[in-house]
Amino acid sequence: MSTIAVAPGRGPDESAIRIPNYLNTGTTLRSWLLTTDHKRIALLYFASLTAFFFIGGAAAVVIRLELATPQGNLIGSDTYNRLFTMHGIVMVWFFLVPAVPNTICNFVVPLMLGAKDLAFPRINLLSWYLFMAGGLLTVASLVAGGVDTGWTFYTPLSTLFANSYVALAALGVIVVGFSSIATGLNFIVTVHKLRAPGLTWYRLPIFIWSLYATSVILVLGTPVLTIALVLLLVERILKVGIFDPALGGDPLLWQHIFWFYSHPAVYIMILPGLGVVTELVTCFSRKRLFGYKFVAWASIGIAVIGFLVWGHHMFVSGQSLFASLVFSFLSYVVAVPSAIKVFNWTATLHGGWIRFDAPMLYALGFIGLFTIGGMTGLFLAALAVDVHVTDTYFVVAHFHYIMVGGMVSAFFGALHFWWPKITGRMYPEYWARTAAALMFFGFNLTFFPQFILGYLGMPRRYHAYPPEYQVWHVLSSGGAVLLAIAYLMPLVYLTWSMFRGVRAGPNPWQATGLEWQTPSPPPKENFATTPVVVRGPYDYRDRAAHPQHG
Amino acid sequence: MPSVTFWPEQAGSYAVEVDWLFFGLLLVTGLTFFLLMFLLVRFMVRYREGSRAERDLSGEKGWHWEIGWTGASLVIFVAFAAWGANLFFRLYQPPADALEIFVVAKQWMWKAQHSGGQREIDELHVPVGRPVRLVMSSEDVIHSFFIPAFRIKHDVVPGRYETLWFEAVKTGTFGLLCAEYCGTLHSGMLGRVVAMEPRDFAAWLDAQPGSDGLAQEGAALFRSLGCSGCHGPGGTVRAPPLQGLYGHPVPLADGRVVTADERYIRDSILLPKAEVAAGYPDIMPSFAGQIREEDLVRIVAYIKSLASDAPPSQVGSRTP
Repeated sequence: MSTIAVAPGRGPDESAIRIPNYLNTGTTLRSWLLTTDHKRIALLYFASLTAFFFIGGAAAVVIRLELATPQGNLIGSDTYNRLFTMHGIVMVWFFLVPAVPNTICNFVVPLMLGAKDLAFPRINLLSWYLFMAGGLLTVASLVAGGVDTGWTFYTPLSTLFANSYVALAALGVIVVGFSSIATGLNFIVTVHKLRAPGLTWYRLPIFIWSLYATSVILVLGTPVLTIALVLLLVERILKVGIFDPALGGDPLLWQHIFWFYSHPAVYIMILPGLGVVTELVTCFSRKRLFGYKFVAWASIGIAVIGFLVWGHHMFVSGQSLFASLVFSFLSYVVAVPSAIKVFNWTATLHGGWIRFDAPMLYALGFIGLFTIGGMTGLFLAALAVDVHVTDTYFVVAHFHYIMVGGMVSAFFGALHFWWPKITGRMYPEYWARTAAALMFFGFNLTFFPQFILGYLGMPRRYHAYPPEYQVWHVLSSGGAVLLAIAYLMPLVYLTWSMFRGVRAGPNPWQATGLEWQTPSPPPKENFATTPVVVRGPYDYRDRAAHPQHG
Repeated sequence: MPSVTFWPEQAGSYAVEVDWLFFGLLLVTGLTFFLLMFLLVRFMVRYREGSRAERDLSGEKGWHWEIGWTGASLVIFVAFAAWGANLFFRLYQPPADALEIFVVAKQWMWKAQHSGGQREIDELHVPVGRPVRLVMSSEDVIHSFFIPAFRIKHDVVPGRYETLWFEAVKTGTFGLLCAEYCGTLHSGMLGRVVAMEPRDFAAWLDAQPGSDGLAQEGAALFRSLGCSGCHGPGGTVRAPPLQGLYGHPVPLADGRVVTADERYIRDSILLPKAEVAAGYPDIMPSFAGQIREEDLVRIVAYIKSLASDAPPSQVGSRTP
């Protein structure tokens, strides 16, 4: 094979050139469905998550259209309630939690570590099947008629009052939980055991630290959700009193167990994003990361303290005054490591040679939106303010700034950054930048008005609302349309680029990580020879990339 | 054409103070945000790939930067935690002279009972300038009592009494909303709070078809449900007398001491085995599922009305 033929070519001879890589080694359906290659499993996840993202997104679009007018005149209130419930369940468990870990991380982590695969390739495949089984159960509950409890399944509404397919949806979430646990465990063992020679903990990219912290939460937190949902099913199906006071149960018990998982789950959803942004900021500013150890340990700090703040969801629920005081204080403490990260990213830009490729635009957008999301978290942690704004659109705006403004931006940043590695092709830069800009603008138009709505007292999960809130709702709905268009754009141009994109070469960004030292797309076994690591990450001295391996 | 609102009305004594805290947060986070964005944009422009700006990285090594911004964040955060907590504390300290109103929530309406026996649905009439303490319960699922103009909200939880207090400072009609998702017509669970001059409020109370009062209604129930058979004068079984009970400490059989508040009275009717008064046999039957929330409110009001009937009883004086 001549190097001339490998250079950008779209000629008829292209298919004749079969450089073996993970994509063309085995092309049968069976070779995909029974694969244990982490890269192929990552692609299976990409396909499934894209489907779930658009299911959840479609629900959001209908919700926003309904809210353009104060009267509930587009759909009935039961339909509305089922839509926001489905939006929450699908987006949280079938998109945000697995978004970066199961797709991007699955693909790049073994490459970053210089390994052939994850520690347990078959468990990795099992994890995808569990994910799909849980997904099908949840979709079945949607097709059967939906669920109207809200994604939080608050008792006793969910156990004894809701006349919808709660059990089926809960079962789906239980099953997908096992997928999370298997994935988390796989990553923990992989990071411990499969690092290349010389790749010490402090030479790991921050992305790995973030994923490690995420995995710890996945493994320790998810079983608690499983237990909570099993208890819910026991009460709903067998009528054993656990949460319903009419049966001798305690309704607040549900909230404690549920949030014990679901608050750390917020960090499952954002920590990988914090890792992605660190990779992007360093690469595109050609700079070593400012304060590596602080950023690394901040991830661990978030994971640990994140387990101790669940009660801030319950300041007005009737939990004790003392508990609320402690949870408020700890919620401020957990904000410190996030602040550390933002300051360090900003300091990293200082004195760099900054390029504004699409991944960097997503990263910069992330910093702005994540900062707003984090800062409004400080409002919510202040007890007296929380009393007013909890369960209003202020909360809705706050967590969408973190989850969507933050995590979805990071997801798209990561997708564009590693796209050449995954497919071997470049995405079209102009369209990618346009989509990034539109996403940023559409997002702010959608969610910033919701902060104002929230402080005005507009409660969340309202199908109809008093007319004085309408102007802000109209702005928000308009933004949602832009956002929907922005999310459809990558679907088109990335698909196009898979076939027509310019060939990328192994290291189009001149980055330092091990994943860039192997061909794009990588061969099935990742590396011809195991790399030996001789230096830390992000070594961009004198604007040149000094790869981690020797 | 609907008008644009930027700020919610301030109609409660608490609203002003919550708004100040909100402004404080807005100021500090806003300044920090703009400083950060200023630096970000400045660096983006100054250190863009093609610029010839001097890259002096000698001052960059710096754990002192890390300590600086970590410490500053922590100090500011703790200050806000304290400010928020201090205000929050007040919600747990209703003034002693507060007017008491019972609120019962159900899918999908708010019912209020005044101590004179006046009842209203999806409306709550209150006097301005006087603290009002709500004792709230739910007949079905969790609801949340929310008055944006007063900046107060509290969940209404089935199986227990939750309390909340406020003081209206100006007359008018203010929205009352359910803030906890409670099923199909959650967004229709709306009401209004009507704050009136005390004189108008008294006139309003008089004009309502009332009764002899909640406590009197409770007394009738107390007899008809058979409570008086044991707790009344000349009861056949030795049961704790209820005169002078409310508001006083009650020693329990397990050694704990609890205050006889609304919660204790309610739980003793529905879950009598949970907190047995010391020195009495554990023989009270549970009335769970047999009394509607609104009737429970009446019985609780009756037992509360006995508080001034006699000095604190000698219940449990023999406990160690």
